[in-house]
Amino acid sequence: MKRRPPLFDHAAVAVETGAGSLADPGRRRVLKLMAASAALAGSGCSEPPQEKIFPYVDMPEGIVPGDPVFYASTLLRRGYGIGVLVETESGRPIKIEGNVAHPASLGAADAQMQAEILTLWDPERSRTVMQGQRLSTWPALIDALSQRRREEEHTGGRRLRLLTGPVTSPTLLAQIREVLAHFPEARWHIHDASDSGTRAAAAERVFQRPVRTLYRLDRARVVLSIDAELFGPSPDGVRNAHDFMIARRQSPRARLYALESTPSLCGSLADDRRAMSPLEMEAALETMAARLGAAGVAARSPGPPAAAAQGEHAPAVPTVADPPWLDKLCEQLMAARGACVVAPGPSLSVRAHVLAWRINALLGNIGTALIPLEQEGAQPWGGQPDVASAQGGEPIYPSNLTKLVEAMHDRSVDTLIMLDVNPVYDAPGSLDFAEALQHVPWSLHMGLYRDETAHRATWHVPMTHVLEDWSDARSHDGTPSIVQPVISPLYGGRSPHTLASLLATGQTISAHERVRTTWRGLWHEEGDDAFEDRWRTALGRGVIEGVPGTVKQPQGSILDEPPPRRASTAGAPSGDALVAVFANDSNLITGEYANNAWLQELPRPYTKITWDNAALISPATAQSHGLHSGDVVVLTATDAPASVRAPVWILTGQADGVVTLPLGYGRGLGGSTAAGHGFDAYPLQAVQEDIPQRTRVITMTPTGDRHDFARTQHDMDTHGREPARVVELRRNEASRNATAAPPSAARGAATPALPPRSRPPAPSLYPDHEYNTYAWGMTVDLDACIGCNACVVACQAENNIPVVGPEQVSLGREMLWLRIDSYRDETRHRTQFQPMACQHCENAPCEVVCPVGATMHDSEGLNVQVYNRCVGTRFCSNNCPYKVRHFNFFQYSLTDPSSAAHANPDVTVRQRGVMEKCTYCVQRISHARIQSQKERRRIRDGEVVTACQATCPTDAIVFGDMNDPDSQVSRSKSSSRGYAVLEEMNTRPRTTYLARIDDPEAGLEDDDDRKR
Amino acid sequence: MKPELYGVMGRFLTPEALLDAIQALRRQEAGLRLEAYTPYAVEGVSESLGLPPNRIPLITLIAGVAGGVGGFFMQWYAAVVSFPVNIGGRPLNSWPMFVPVTFEMTILCAALAAVFGMLVANGLPRLRHPVFDAPDFHLATRDRYFLCVRPTIGIGQGFDAAHYREALSRLGAVTADEVWS
Amino acid sequence: MTGSDNETAVSPGTPVLEAGWTAGGVTDKIAGIVLGRGGPWTRGWKAHWRWRSALLITFTGVLVFLASSTWLFMRGVGLFGVNIPVAWGFALGNFVWWIGIGHAGTFISAILLLLRQRWRTSINRYAEAMTLFAAGIAGLFPILHLGRPWFAYWLLPYPNRMELWPQWRSPLVWDIFAISTYLLVSLLFWYVGLIPDLASLRDKAGSRAKRLAYGLLALGWRGEARHWDHYETAYLLLAGLATPLVVSVHTVVSLDFSIGNTPGYHSTIFPPYFVAGALFSGFAMVITLAIPLRHYFKLQGFITLRHLDLAARVMLACSLLVAYGYASEIFTAYYSGDIYEIHMTEDRYVGVYAPVYWAYIACNVFIPQLLWWRRMRRNVIALLLISLIINAGMWMERFLIVVQSLHQDFLPSSWGVFIPTFWDWTFLLCSIALFVWLFLMFIRYLPLISMAEMRGLVHDTAEEQAP
Repeated sequence: MKRRPPLFDHAAVAVETGAGSLADPGRRRVLKLMAASAALAGSGCSEPPQEKIFPYVDMPEGIVPGDPVFYASTLLRRGYGIGVLVETESGRPIKIEGNVAHPASLGAADAQMQAEILTLWDPERSRTVMQGQRLSTWPALIDALSQRRREEEHTGGRRLRLLTGPVTSPTLLAQIREVLAHFPEARWHIHDASDSGTRAAAAERVFQRPVRTLYRLDRARVVLSIDAELFGPSPDGVRNAHDFMIARRQSPRARLYALESTPSLCGSLADDRRAMSPLEMEAALETMAARLGAAGVAARSPGPPAAAAQGEHAPAVPTVADPPWLDKLCEQLMAARGACVVAPGPSLSVRAHVLAWRINALLGNIGTALIPLEQEGAQPWGGQPDVASAQGGEPIYPSNLTKLVEAMHDRSVDTLIMLDVNPVYDAPGSLDFAEALQHVPWSLHMGLYRDETAHRATWHVPMTHVLEDWSDARSHDGTPSIVQPVISPLYGGRSPHTLASLLATGQTISAHERVRTTWRGLWHEEGDDAFEDRWRTALGRGVIEGVPGTVKQPQGSILDEPPPRRASTAGAPSGDALVAVFANDSNLITGEYANNAWLQELPRPYTKITWDNAALISPATAQSHGLHSGDVVVLTATDAPASVRAPVWILTGQADGVVTLPLGYGRGLGGSTAAGHGFDAYPLQAVQEDIPQRTRVITMTPTGDRHDFARTQHDMDTHGREPARVVELRRNEASRNATAAPPSAARGAATPALPPRSRPPAPSLYPDHEYNTYAWGMTVDLDACIGCNACVVACQAENNIPVVGPEQVSLGREMLWLRIDSYRDETRHRTQFQPMACQHCENAPCEVVCPVGATMHDSEGLNVQVYNRCVGTRFCSNNCPYKVRHFNFFQYSLTDPSSAAHANPDVTVRQRGVMEKCTYCVQRISHARIQSQKERRRIRDGEVVTACQATCPTDAIVFGDMNDPDSQVSRSKSSSRGYAVLEEMNTRPRTTYLARIDDPEAGLEDDDDRKR
Repeated sequence: MKPELYGVMGRFLTPEALLDAIQALRRQEAGLRLEAYTPYAVEGVSESLGLPPNRIPLITLIAGVAGGVGGFFMQWYAAVVSFPVNIGGRPLNSWPMFVPVTFEMTILCAALAAVFGMLVANGLPRLRHPVFDAPDFHLATRDRYFLCVRPTIGIGQGFDAAHYREALSRLGAVTADEVWS
Repeated sequence: MTGSDNETAVSPGTPVLEAGWTAGGVTDKIAGIVLGRGGPWTRGWKAHWRWRSALLITFTGVLVFLASSTWLFMRGVGLFGVNIPVAWGFALGNFVWWIGIGHAGTFISAILLLLRQRWRTSINRYAEAMTLFAAGIAGLFPILHLGRPWFAYWLLPYPNRMELWPQWRSPLVWDIFAISTYLLVSLLFWYVGLIPDLASLRDKAGSRAKRLAYGLLALGWRGEARHWDHYETAYLLLAGLATPLVVSVHTVVSLDFSIGNTPGYHSTIFPPYFVAGALFSGFAMVITLAIPLRHYFKLQGFITLRHLDLAARVMLACSLLVAYGYASEIFTAYYSGDIYEIHMTEDRYVGVYAPVYWAYIACNVFIPQLLWWRRMRRNVIALLLISLIINAGMWMERFLIVVQSLHQDFLPSSWGVFIPTFWDWTFLLCSIALFVWLFLMFIRYLPLISMAEMRGLVHDTAEEQAP
């Protein structure tokens, strides 16, 4: 079979670096040509799908060549929908923005959503139906499947199993219902590697039904995150960040506390954070529950390991019943009764989650700041029997992966349909799914890639990308939206709906028809016209109003019962044993994005590691094991012969005794971009009581081998400089008891001011330049930046920024125009993030030293880079105090058809040997200028939105015209927190920053503690 | 073409002898055209021959000034008139930054003028010249000193070659021969 | 020799020229080296295996240099270890180093001429050649170092349809003008000095081919008094022009750095400090070349210990100037109280590049102090070693200034390290090979000492001795 073209071949870079790699370019060129032809086969005939699709309402109807058209659609994250607008240039999707109307986006997007474009165009996606290792055809599969159906029909589908990821799509749920109706004995199982079942299991204990938590952080005055990825790449991450920032911008300012095993985005944002192991968190929860008067809970200490975990950066482990900081924390929560959130994370045990529910109930938060939502298709844990043959509207509850594997081992599964899952790779190692799969005579895998599971299944069908065919989905809060395709299938994939209907009815049906049928049924509209109108509106807005998830109230009785016994796997480590905590990778989540070069090269927020994952350990742990960053260790489970080889990275702020293992790496058959990077942590993962455990007690033994990480920032210390400044909140006595006071949107009163600069701005011998049309400027609010990296990928997608590969990154040649600097604030035991791109200095040092005038100022004050004039002396980079310029040391930008297809046509693709940098998205500015000139008016404030600003979930970035005194940016620049980085250089940057606010009263330590 | 008499060439062993001969001959008749050939710059020869003061310093000065002015003008014209752009907020005519190029241009033009002025003034390059045919003239670039008496006026105006041969030998020339072109 | 008659001037023996030489003698001796008449000291070039093997080795280096450049242009400047923040690496260090070496020649021929230093006579010719080659090689590096070298000519002001001009505020444009002017003027200076000697070679050459070749180059020089008159004036003017030029060139080179705002670059001491460093390495190279020359071609009579002694004294003086530069850099860093400057300075003591720093402090400041002793200055071997050490030390200094200043500047988030690659080393070594090869060709085909001036020197010294 024809080899797929590498979207990015890092072996090729090894050749480019001249590092002595002997791979001959001849072979590679041949492959490139094959790749080109293969990709052309797909992208050459790219066109909108045959069915009628509707542009986003704010956009002009029809396509003006060169003018982008936006379509509202929906991306899926763990089955949940996130509304987006897809920008298409003459039929080619090139960029993804958030959809303001959609509750999970509110106009923002995270890094993975931004990177979805690259996955859509990935030429390595599966293209052909495979039977085993042989090429096959769709008709052949239809025959085979119908034969299986006939055989299964005899037994009512007793030996038929369906395995999917989490499903929220009303259409797919209806189809599954049909399948289960047709095969009453069949079973439906759900596998979700990105979440341990503990949260769901606890919720089910409390509510007797599958229930999800919907956070309303905008209503919260105090938020306690316990290893919860509140702002992480989860279906509600963007919304949570947005909501919490609303609460924090109010006065008095909402507070955030984090108990976490490894530094997370919450931790850097928190007013105070504690590093501790999940077990210690459980103890803390217990103590809190007791102090809040929960029946049947006695404050108890978690025992010896906690005592061992005393260290500088993991202070205050609850060795005694209630340490002082815990008192303060409880005070804060009590003061914010009904308006606070205690959010437990996947690493916690069921017991801990139940405790969290009790605490939230005692604080009266349930129904206000966090809302339990019933959701069909959520997976039940514990003993509830599968409701197989569910009638029409009845909610149906699937079973879990463990039960499926048991059945497979019992040879009681003949037919297994795997829909967009990759259990061979990401199922817990203790289940050994691959081995179990050998006992299944007929298995079918449908997915985007021909991955590990596809190779072991008897059949594989390429699946359409979510942007290639019709579907629907519900968001985290239950709001449904239509998945609208923006391009016809590039690589001949099939829709899951088509496969499902084939399974249920034996007939293939177009996804478009099926989805419309579903909504005809749900809407009960009389007449086609009424339906068409509503359909059109739904597509135009990108959301469907008025069908929220149903809210459940907890049964009070449960809250009084004593919590379940302590789960032993949470692990009381004894001796030199450590606790391994499995965590979703901040970029690849659980591996589904492993072949996405943008996410691979995206620096991790804290470690700045690219193209790799590392076993994270604390300095104290490293010292006790005599390890340095980059040492390779073997992690072995204490209770089973499972082990993993991994390089360690020493991370300040990591909990002592905890080894965090990011998932999603070490892909065997994940594609050429994923190949050979990182280690696979799944083999170490175990299952207990059907629940994949997110923690495991392990021992760590050094191997003596070394591993080099490709990182983008090597020094997190500020060395006495003040790039990211902090101001202390001095609240007046009136609102001292802040958390109790009702919030008000007014910020001015409490906004603290920076002390005046030690030096006044230096006078200039030269007269100032006049910018009499527009003067573009930007502010970045460090108090709002959560370091989520969304802006970095948005910039990459918008500006055709090439990927350079790990070798070049480790040489210090990454090309990302926008980088997130992170500085360790030792006094506050916290890391501060700072987005750093070209500052567009008015006295730009880079321009003066360019011998050919390739970088100069334009009439609107932009520092522009003229690529075709640049000869590449690199003097400008030397002279840039911010080092935000990036140089094409080699020919980095790819020109193969699939790369060209998703490139932004408004942005030059840069050649080897030229300098490049942030342009303030000049193409968007000129687009707006053309519009305004056509309409004979000035550009309106907010009409130009840079890519980074558009995608920011917390609106930390403001951009606009500084000549307009009423513009957002002018008002933002007048803030008393405003300052310019390296002001003393008198470069007079157009990008300025707003200092991070630190609330001393919010700290959980006494001042003398803080000194420590 | 019919060969013409170029002059009478006398060879001397020492620069002193050469100088004496020159002075003696010029004492006899002032307007005599003499050409001296020496292996290195012998002091006093040009004075005794009464050569006109050379104008190379003047040429060099003019060229240098022109180069400097031109150099500055080029930069000013480019930065202010032809290609006026905002570079790092600096004024268009940031003359202090123009000094180095101006200086280098001054030196360059002056140096070129000095050298080529010298060559032109010397009528070089001229690869073929009658004196090269003079006997032993190859020693003129080693350690012999030659003096050539040239006919003042056109040939056939009674230039007595024999007389000058005899005169040169008398003045200490080792040999004295006629040089024909 | 025809110095048979007693009237010809004979050198009486002075510190700068041993006794017993006549104008004819020096001419034969020096021309002999080129024309290869079997002298008392060599059996002709065919037997001169040392020169041949040296030529072979260095020529291989030249070929490697060409091949590497081709590969560099094909693949991209990423072959070097440069990155962001350290966007300048070996190439710029080599550039500054070579251009520095290229200063001694003009200094000797121009400034010492104006100062009427007689000891310059026997060393200026090959020192000028050295200057020319070094400056030429230096000029290559900035071009090799470009991202798009094929557009290097965009730095020059030339008429073009786009009506684009160079950006005159950039020190790199100043560089282009300074270096090219320096190259041209040095070339003229060198060639003008050569003309009478080429004439001598023309007149002594045996084969017709050589006569023709040297004849063409000599432009028909006849040594006429009028010629000498113009010639001397022009030569003196060139010297006068070259003197400020030689100072300006390294000043401009230093401005490449001090115009920048990077701590470690942004320093007002740079111009004098760079010029001193240039003379330092330049004289070190002069001595490095003089010692083998006088040894292999038996030129002890012309390049006497006196010459070496004086050159060594110049080195000593430069060493002190450079040391002062180092000291003042440190002082200003701390006196300014600027945290960036102070960090940069302390990083030199203890940072990743500290070994380089301490190494060149030893090479450039401490070891040259040996030259206070006369015995050292006149000990040929010791002198050779010291000048080699100084050459290495000066290269390390240039490297450190270029790289170390960049690798940790203002924002710690952007700090990085430069690690030289195989190609960095290749280009450094091959540039040295190229230099040596050019020099070998020079001594083979052109007189390495000015015959005309030596003849004058013989005569003058003789006259002075005469009562």
